Amino acid sequence: MAALKPANEAEVREAIAAALAAKTPLEIRGAGTKRGLGHIENGARMLDMTRLSGIPLYEPDELVLRALPGTPLREVEARLTQHGQMLAFEPPDYAALLGTAPGAQTIGGVIACNLSGPRRLKAGAARDHFLGFRAVSGRGEIFKSGGRVVKNVTGYDLCKLIAGSYGTLAALTETTMKVLPAPEKVRTVLVFGLDDARAVEAMGAALGGPHEVSAAAHLPQRVAATSQIAYVAGARAAVTALRVEGFAASAEARCRGLRAAMASFGAVEELHSMNARKFWREVGDVIAFAPDALGGNRAIWRASVPPASGAAVAQAVMRSREALALYDWGGGLVWLAVAGAPDGGAAAVRAAVRGIGHATLVRALPGMTAPRFEPEAPALAALSARVKDAFDPERILNPGRMGV
Amino acid sequence: MQMPEPDAGVLARRAAIVARLRAILPGEGVIDQPESLAAYESDGLTAYRTRPMVCVLPETTAQVSAILKYCGEAGVKVVPRGAGTSLSGGALPLADGVLLGLGKFNRILEIDYANRCVVAQPGVTNLALTEAVQGAGFYYAPDPSSQIACTIGGNVAENSGGVHCLKYGVTVNNVLGVELVLMSGEVVRTGGKQLDAPGYDLLGLVNGSEGLLGVVTEVTVRILRKPATARALLIGFPTSEAAGACVAGVIAAGIIPAGIELMDAPAIHAAEAFAHCGYPLDVGALLIVELDGPAVEVDALCGRVGAIAVQCGATTQRASNSEAERLAFWAGRKAAFPAVGRISPDYYCMDGTIPRHRLPEVLKRIAEMSARHGLRVANVFHAGDGNLHPLILYDANKPGELETAETFGAEILMLCVEVGGVLTGEHGVGVEKRDLMPSMFDETDLAQQQRVKCAFDPDGLLNPGKVFPVLHACAELGRVHVHGGQTRFPNLPRF
Repeated sequence: MAALKPANEAEVREAIAAALAAKTPLEIRGAGTKRGLGHIENGARMLDMTRLSGIPLYEPDELVLRALPGTPLREVEARLTQHGQMLAFEPPDYAALLGTAPGAQTIGGVIACNLSGPRRLKAGAARDHFLGFRAVSGRGEIFKSGGRVVKNVTGYDLCKLIAGSYGTLAALTETTMKVLPAPEKVRTVLVFGLDDARAVEAMGAALGGPHEVSAAAHLPQRVAATSQIAYVAGARAAVTALRVEGFAASAEARCRGLRAAMASFGAVEELHSMNARKFWREVGDVIAFAPDALGGNRAIWRASVPPASGAAVAQAVMRSREALALYDWGGGLVWLAVAGAPDGGAAAVRAAVRGIGHATLVRALPGMTAPRFEPEAPALAALSARVKDAFDPERILNPGRMGV
Repeated sequence: MQMPEPDAGVLARRAAIVARLRAILPGEGVIDQPESLAAYESDGLTAYRTRPMVCVLPETTAQVSAILKYCGEAGVKVVPRGAGTSLSGGALPLADGVLLGLGKFNRILEIDYANRCVVAQPGVTNLALTEAVQGAGFYYAPDPSSQIACTIGGNVAENSGGVHCLKYGVTVNNVLGVELVLMSGEVVRTGGKQLDAPGYDLLGLVNGSEGLLGVVTEVTVRILRKPATARALLIGFPTSEAAGACVAGVIAAGIIPAGIELMDAPAIHAAEAFAHCGYPLDVGALLIVELDGPAVEVDALCGRVGAIAVQCGATTQRASNSEAERLAFWAGRKAAFPAVGRISPDYYCMDGTIPRHRLPEVLKRIAEMSARHGLRVANVFHAGDGNLHPLILYDANKPGELETAETFGAEILMLCVEVGGVLTGEHGVGVEKRDLMPSMFDETDLAQQQRVKCAFDPDGLLNPGKVFPVLHACAELGRVHVHGGQTRFPNLPRF
């Protein structure tokens, strides 16, 4: 079946209404760079959103940008950069990790998957910057929610539901986002040689301190060795990284304060703007666990846990499986590369996060049957299913993408 | 304001319902005496009053679950209530409904500095969260003006804001998890101490759902380290346009202040007369700009903001040089509502949001409406995020003035929508703005929102009569109308 390639919202509605009438499922797709996230059911017809592209509204003074969902993220970021602004949630690009085309992802895909990078711990997730949208539901109806202003409590905040729904509720036809000034100066403090538990302590101390740390990651030695940044790879030690940013004098003062505070943990070094930006891209995009860097014979898991538990979760997995870990969000986001087919550590990982967080299988090994997303408790799962039905009662939009 | 017709069948069963509730809540947890129920007749929107059929004050999640399960099965409506400070009638009781007060859920359950979060029961006040952690140098960021009284559960229900939310976000951006009891009595948890949850973001949805989806029985919030310093600038301008231009200039310069408040001349005069805080009286608009962070940053930015203000035509300017002076700058603004209350027997506080650059036009048209309705208005404005609070001055003892004030208020909110803004920035829709919802949303938009409500509460028993102007049965909303037969877009590639 040829892909459907609507050119505008009316055509999106028409395509979904026709699919609804015929009860044929649709796979909503932007650039397809994140197809590996979640389950893809074969047999669905592709609804390609890339012709809905463009930035109809950008008002830097109002901190607002509106883009059609198929707009490449790099176009959005290029426009923002011209005015010294950014998407503060620092959208990562998982293309290298998933073996797809880097730099191609669309803004609709970023929102639909609610993907956020290292600044998540300070600035919030994609969903926290998503102000409004227009979309076509699985009922074939055009609807909208939110607006173009930050302060808005008019009706239910459906933006939150749509962000991270992986296209299972509606096909976005327009997105409106809050944007923020980009920092004038970026500094990154590196602490060398900490074991994972001590690194999580150090990150906790930094995040609880007065230096406004905007990112905190820990790369155990084997992971740090894969960095493209000589300072990091050449350290021959584990690297714990803490970012401060903002106006130049402020970033420099906080960087000094943070270095002093971290000195009791280990040897301290500093990365400056260019290298600092590149380093955090590597962390956000999880380049260390891309097949190019690591080989493809590991399952990649993303565990979201209370930050102080990060090291304990990884250690619990490593007790039974050979695995590598990379910590972002001060320990709250633990990337695990687990060796060993056929289960790719599913039982060990899910046991390690039980009761405190959840784990997503981001890259599976052939033959793995584990659910990609952490199964919800029964009452919550039933509620989520009813929410799905509220938007897509015939289950024609990305069926199964988030479920088993 | 029309509310759902009280159900005579439910009222006839009142004694039996009270008896069942007493079986669930032994002791003093059930209030059914008329004189005691009078305390619950209204919330912060005092123009509307209804005595609830009965009030319950549970203490445990299990009790909340049992009450909701019973009410669900018995077809009895339930209205949740925190401190009752809603300005939109979110906790307005129903004559045939159970008012579910969460005041006894008043304990902080856990303070977790390692994960920088606090787990609290919903009846804990907003300010108490900060008080619990400030000794260790932390605070809870959202600060609605009622923070001394309003509860975190109510903040979640209303997605409350405050003066600092441009930089630090509103409630939803600061809540990590909730425990929620559904009308079925089922208890679900979404989120926790981690930064996200699998599946749909029901946590985000529950924030701002105005008590229509479930009853929150536990909240986990993130706490932040207190900024090292904070300073405020008090800047006078000849006109609101000039002050608005300054706000735009500050943001264009890449500066996100902790707060930017704008007051117009009537608000300045009322505040100064009340609080004697040294506001200049010969200006058309006053900005309070607060900057926080490391001293080196705050001092530098005070200079930059001051220079931008001069470029925009500022006629007076002061920067706070002590914490006492900073608080004095704020004293007038924080007293703006009672100050206006002193120059007028009654006032009606509105809450629209507009794209910031439309401010001059909006203020001009509000002034025209003011002249037409013969009612004075004072404007305070969270200028950084475009959230406008016009205070309409009226006298409820004069026949017809309340109605005129409400008409005037509705016109202001419709104007906010017309210029690209929204009906409510932080006070909620409640009963107050319910009937204005069609000015912002069409029938399809509203039906989709109501279908979400149906997923949580299929019988529409939880806080009905709020938010939605027309109550549709869930079965009716669930029908799918297929228009697939008509080919309206022949250019679309066909299968």
